[in-house]
Amino acid sequence: MKSFSYLSAPDTVTALRTIADSENVKFLAGGTNLVDLMREGIEEPATLVDITRLPLTGIEELPDGTLRVGALVSNSRLAADPLIRTRYPVLAKAILLGASAQLRNMATVGGNLLQRTRCMYFYDEASACNKRVPGSGCDAIGGFSRGSAVLGTSEHCIAAHPSDMAVALVLLDAVVEVESVRGIRRVPVADFHRLPGDTPHIETVLAPDELITAVELPPVPVAAHSRYRKVRDRASYAFALVSVAAALAVKDGVVTDIRLALGGVATKP
Amino acid sequence: MTTRTWTGSEPGADASVPVGRAVGQPVDRRDGHAKVTGAVRFSAEHHYPNLTYAKLVHATVARGTITGIDTAAAAAVPGVVAVLTHLNAPRIKPPRKINIVRNLGPDVSGTDVDYLNTDQVFWDGQPIAVVIAETSAAANEAAPLVEVTYDLLPARVDFAVEQKNATPAKGDLTFSGVKKKGDAEAALAAAEVSVDLRYTTPGLQHNAIEPHATVAVWDGDHLTVHDTTQSIHQTSHYLAWRFGVPASHVRVRAEFLGGGFGGKFSVWPGTVIAAMAAKAVGRPVRLALSRTAVNRATGGRTASTNRIALGATRDGRLTSLIQDSITRTGSAGGLLEATSSPARHLYGAENMLTRQNLVAMDLMPNTWLRAPGEAIGSFVLESAMDELAYELSMDPIALRLRNEPATDPTGGKKFSQRMQCEAFDRGAERFGWADRDPEPRSMRDGEWLVGMGTATAFHPVLRLVADVKVRLSDDGSVLVQCGFHEMGMGAATVQAQIAADALGIAYEKVHVEYGDSVLPTGPMAGNSNQTATVATSVLAACAELTRKVSALARRTGTSGQEPAAALRAAGTPFLDASVGSDTRLGALGSQGRFLSTFLKDQRWSKAARGAQFCEVRVNADTGELRISRWLGMFDVGHIINPKTAASQLRGAVVTGIGMALSEQSLIDPRNGRTMSAGLDSYYLPVHADIPPIDVAWLDEPDKTMPLGIIGLGEVGTTGVAAAIANAVYHATGKRIRDLPITLDKLL
Repeated sequence: MKSFSYLSAPDTVTALRTIADSENVKFLAGGTNLVDLMREGIEEPATLVDITRLPLTGIEELPDGTLRVGALVSNSRLAADPLIRTRYPVLAKAILLGASAQLRNMATVGGNLLQRTRCMYFYDEASACNKRVPGSGCDAIGGFSRGSAVLGTSEHCIAAHPSDMAVALVLLDAVVEVESVRGIRRVPVADFHRLPGDTPHIETVLAPDELITAVELPPVPVAAHSRYRKVRDRASYAFALVSVAAALAVKDGVVTDIRLALGGVATKP
Repeated sequence: MTTRTWTGSEPGADASVPVGRAVGQPVDRRDGHAKVTGAVRFSAEHHYPNLTYAKLVHATVARGTITGIDTAAAAAVPGVVAVLTHLNAPRIKPPRKINIVRNLGPDVSGTDVDYLNTDQVFWDGQPIAVVIAETSAAANEAAPLVEVTYDLLPARVDFAVEQKNATPAKGDLTFSGVKKKGDAEAALAAAEVSVDLRYTTPGLQHNAIEPHATVAVWDGDHLTVHDTTQSIHQTSHYLAWRFGVPASHVRVRAEFLGGGFGGKFSVWPGTVIAAMAAKAVGRPVRLALSRTAVNRATGGRTASTNRIALGATRDGRLTSLIQDSITRTGSAGGLLEATSSPARHLYGAENMLTRQNLVAMDLMPNTWLRAPGEAIGSFVLESAMDELAYELSMDPIALRLRNEPATDPTGGKKFSQRMQCEAFDRGAERFGWADRDPEPRSMRDGEWLVGMGTATAFHPVLRLVADVKVRLSDDGSVLVQCGFHEMGMGAATVQAQIAADALGIAYEKVHVEYGDSVLPTGPMAGNSNQTATVATSVLAACAELTRKVSALARRTGTSGQEPAAALRAAGTPFLDASVGSDTRLGALGSQGRFLSTFLKDQRWSKAARGAQFCEVRVNADTGELRISRWLGMFDVGHIINPKTAASQLRGAVVTGIGMALSEQSLIDPRNGRTMSAGLDSYYLPVHADIPPIDVAWLDEPDKTMPLGIIGLGEVGTTGVAAAIANAVYHATGKRIRDLPITLDKLL
């Protein structure tokens, strides 16, 4: 791991100004993916701005029934929330089937959205990886690709997106709120992640100085009857080979509403 | 004969067990409290003044010559003390070429690579440089900055391709390459019923919870090494020889290992390089391998391809048994994985042919991994027996019992103990085997297909030799000293129980010193040998001590009182008794004893045995495989400590479950690089994969072994993969002949 500076942002304004003004800065929340990537030399920020003191930890219901989840809400807290469990059980289940209890306690909603692939060639410094080193090639193609994507791939990258939570968010038409010194904007989660195309190293539509501040869940009545099914090579603590988020409404033996989202098989949720 | 068990829900016995009744008690391991409170120091945790921290740099080509190695950027990282490569590392005596036949001898090195003294690369992952720094952070930052260029040489890295170049193995000291009886091919062709099958297994990696680590400290020409080793004395001799110092100048300490499983049996690069680095910088060096480094710089189990053919009469009598196996070695070392061991010893087939073939490849040399040979061989043979049972429409247990041999099928030796039938009978009853509808795909629970499977467990006994010293002090305490190893099995606890009863002393008054090469020479910890090996000498030493104490008691008129009374009455502070010693005479005595024990043991066919039973569930839609129930019924002689024994057997079953369900080395066939280098890509089973494991044993002593101990650990792994594969067939009607049994194979 390369040496780095660390500062703890007291408020959102300071955090946003720091990242806008300096080179090679990254935000640190739970660190459950970023610190691993730093240990592997894949991410080498010069400065880490710790945002865990920011007031982004609420889960509140807005007047129109939207649930606004602060970006720093931990995965475990989100999965345990009574409103989430009754209105969006698929989201709670998706989170609980991912990682481990210890990781879920530390990981945040924002960080979960930004986590990077676990492709073994991405992680291996001696392997060709266009995500890690643009233009170097893709050793996953023709290699061990059991966990790789089959949807949304390109000849430059077949890495699967690993998040279970994000699959549920896509099913629910969630909206990601991001903020920078230029102001606030809102991105539907389905548009938040990019396909690899010929720039697999650019994974989201976030500008380098933008901070995820919240994820909003619109009212989705059919989501009250929703499930998450994750199939993998062992019973726990493994990424999906295939996962499905599904919501279904049936009236008088007829399917009246259905939503499906897939995980483990695509380069984005 | 009572079946005994230890379920884990009853409390263990604490140290205050009644005098003379320690053996057989489920005494809590004596290092348990220290371990869970962090008081124990593992190899990487020993601190020295002026300690430096090292990190290896690994080759990223399978075979080649280093043409350039630029350490400038690495050396410039603040805190870096030195970067050693083949250009500047201290020169030490070159290793001998590894000869498989000599494997168990003084060549305890896993490879014959002259680390950091050669520009040759023999496998992708071979250490070619080491960074030494004031902090581990600095070492970690600097290591990736070392730049290396290579001239590539052609490399043989794809087992699927290379296996056609395999040639017959010559075998080693304990296992010959070919064993024949009659004309097995002709018998197979003429058999009324037969199966002729191909079974394959992947490479595997140990991934003990504790990564390999070495702390090396020189003091003049004296070297102290804290090392994660299962062979402290052999390591001490090896380092002394390589570094050109007397063996008595090299002290190897390994009081606690966080698991070994055979992966710490040999000397791997880190041990030699740490000592080299310490010599070069004149300071103590701690080289703790990362998980990635362990998986790229220490050996694992070889892959295998096996032909297995069984011919039988219509009523199930085996007329032919053929096993032809191919495994690999590295070009810089490796060993013969004795996959046809179960085939040679389990069933009384009229005609037999077992053959081992080897192919050398440019990969990490392979090594021992729990139940080497038998883990793979039991999967192959015991699956084939199940296939034959179905061909015969016979119960798989009945088929095995029908072919129970009276003497060892290879060589005709008598069994010192063989309760295979009892293990199956007791096991079947305890498991509820009779509830099974033998028809495949006949049992279902909602979306889950249910099946049951069984297989023989088998692991031959190897007894080594141990030097032991026992001292009784006048305060009534006893000290047992022997350089054996504690890998987490409770070795010291068990020897204390044995010594306590042998001397008629309270268990809590017995102290045991081990894990240090300055102590009397203990056995390498492998092949499940340690308990019986050490017990043999502990009992002999205790008998000698008892004779001395009794003589003293008679002279002082304290006969009938507790042993220490005689010492106090005589004004003698302590009395010693030894088996073997440091003297030349003692060393010769040890060799003599080994030869004598070895020859005595050779008169018998000895093994740990058992019957494995499992119930599995396979999801009809997704192929997901879950094991719902397990029983291992074992014939492992007399059990000294039911608590530690049950833990060992359970753990061994878990190893087998991993082998069957999810573990496989992922070596990229394009370049020979181990891609399964972390716990995220090498799939050990998780808790959720493991069902309640019921283990029980017949507790009948083997009369040719000390205290009737046969020894265990590895026997619990054998037969597991076959029991699972057989249960999967029963559940689904699909026969899986390649491990691991992943869900795609069941769709």
